[in-house]
Amino acid sequence: MTAAVVALARRSIRQTFRRPQFIAPILLMPTLFLAVNTGGADSAQTLPGFPDVDGFLDFELAGAMMQASMLAGITGGIALAIDIEMGFIDRLLAAPVPRPAIVLGRLGATGAMGVLLSAWFLALGFVFGASVHAGVAGVLLIAVLVPLAALAFGTVGTALALWAGRASVVQSVFPLVFVVVFMSSAFFPRELLSEPANSIADYNPMSFIAEAVRDPIIGSITATETLKGLLGIAIVGAIGTALSSLALRHRLRAT
Amino acid sequence: MTQSIAVTGALMRRALNEVVRVPGAAVPGVVAPTIFLLGLTAAFGKLTEVRGFGGEDYISFLAPVTLLQCAGFTGAATGVNLARDIEQGWFDRLLVAPTPRVVLLGGVVLSAALRVLLPLGFLLTMGFAFGLNFPGVDGMLLVLILVPAYAVVAACWGASIALRFRTQAAGPLIQSVMFMFILFTASYAPLALLAPWLEAVARVNPVNQVIEGLRSGFVAEVSWHETWPALLTVLGMGLFFGALALRGVRRTGQ
Repeated sequence: MTAAVVALARRSIRQTFRRPQFIAPILLMPTLFLAVNTGGADSAQTLPGFPDVDGFLDFELAGAMMQASMLAGITGGIALAIDIEMGFIDRLLAAPVPRPAIVLGRLGATGAMGVLLSAWFLALGFVFGASVHAGVAGVLLIAVLVPLAALAFGTVGTALALWAGRASVVQSVFPLVFVVVFMSSAFFPRELLSEPANSIADYNPMSFIAEAVRDPIIGSITATETLKGLLGIAIVGAIGTALSSLALRHRLRAT
Repeated sequence: MTQSIAVTGALMRRALNEVVRVPGAAVPGVVAPTIFLLGLTAAFGKLTEVRGFGGEDYISFLAPVTLLQCAGFTGAATGVNLARDIEQGWFDRLLVAPTPRVVLLGGVVLSAALRVLLPLGFLLTMGFAFGLNFPGVDGMLLVLILVPAYAVVAACWGASIALRFRTQAAGPLIQSVMFMFILFTASYAPLALLAPWLEAVARVNPVNQVIEGLRSGFVAEVSWHETWPALLTVLGMGLFFGALALRGVRRTGQ
């Protein structure tokens, strides 16, 4: 089982890096969005109630990491849907490969992308003047939370792919990533959001995760924020895993 | 000529049939710009309280950006659908038909101008319900010209990438570039409130002219001074991306 998961994860990672069409939206798009947000809403720092930060980039970094994690999850789903369309998954199903390994391999690759994402955005932040106030411990915490978040969002992408079996359908979910991000405190402080974002953000797991990632960047590590972040990841992961299991069972019955 | 028009019409009808026959795939593209308008207004709405913003209503300030997103998403979807047709061999069958390639391309990209009316109608309906200013008859006319035209521009870009990569996996790339074209403008705030580097980029980004042209009707009054640069920009972009797509379709299979 482990060998199959590792082999399939390696294949997925190679596939991601071999196709710029896969890697570009995960790294390029959130990076450009980070630039647009930082440049476009920079004056928001002057608003009463905005947290005390060294720069708007410090505040936005967590949002960019969350957006990238979600995109990594959806992109993983698109790749899985393409595998289904091309018949690769059918060949795996006919081979003596444990069926959970088919999904876990893809998720492993998404988690690995999360490690890369945290490193990329931290490096980018450092280059453009951001800092992690909590120091090395803060960097390590971010390096754990972001891959876990990517993994959790990956389960949702997987569920979509298994359910739809078509890349175009999974791809059409792409714009909705931004909706989830904007309806949370990923890009703007919860207190300064207008309705209905303000109310939705209070329950959106994305808010918990983003605030947990932001915590060490703009201040110090607090147990409450970290635990809330882990809870948010667990909620997304549990929903995605349950939906993936149902979708996989449905697909196996259909084939 | 008559035959070319008939083929173009048939391809456009086929594109519209997809919306009717696979509504599930079309729904996110229809709904997303609207959720964007309302979501961004809720997220960044307090920016209007920043000194120098001008006291404009944020939903009206933002509306032109999401109108172009309707066009961008629709155009991108057209490109992705073309990539799917290429993957499945349907487009290859069209290529061996006795039809000029420019007609095949025309049928594909012009369908975006019709398809965009669905998200556009939904966005405006929801926007007006949530307080978006009515831009006047001349403003609406401008919307009905610029948004479908920009959808064709986006479709040309999508088609050129689809013809280059020949896979649906190119979808995010198509969407990303179109998305950034629209957002590297005075999308969130007036030019004067942007960070200096973004202000510089927005000033040379042609799409900013289109946004300013559309915005004039929603936050003030439509003026020829802001309209003609918008019209000229869309025409120029259409010619550029159209030429790119045409080059792609002519090179296909060679």
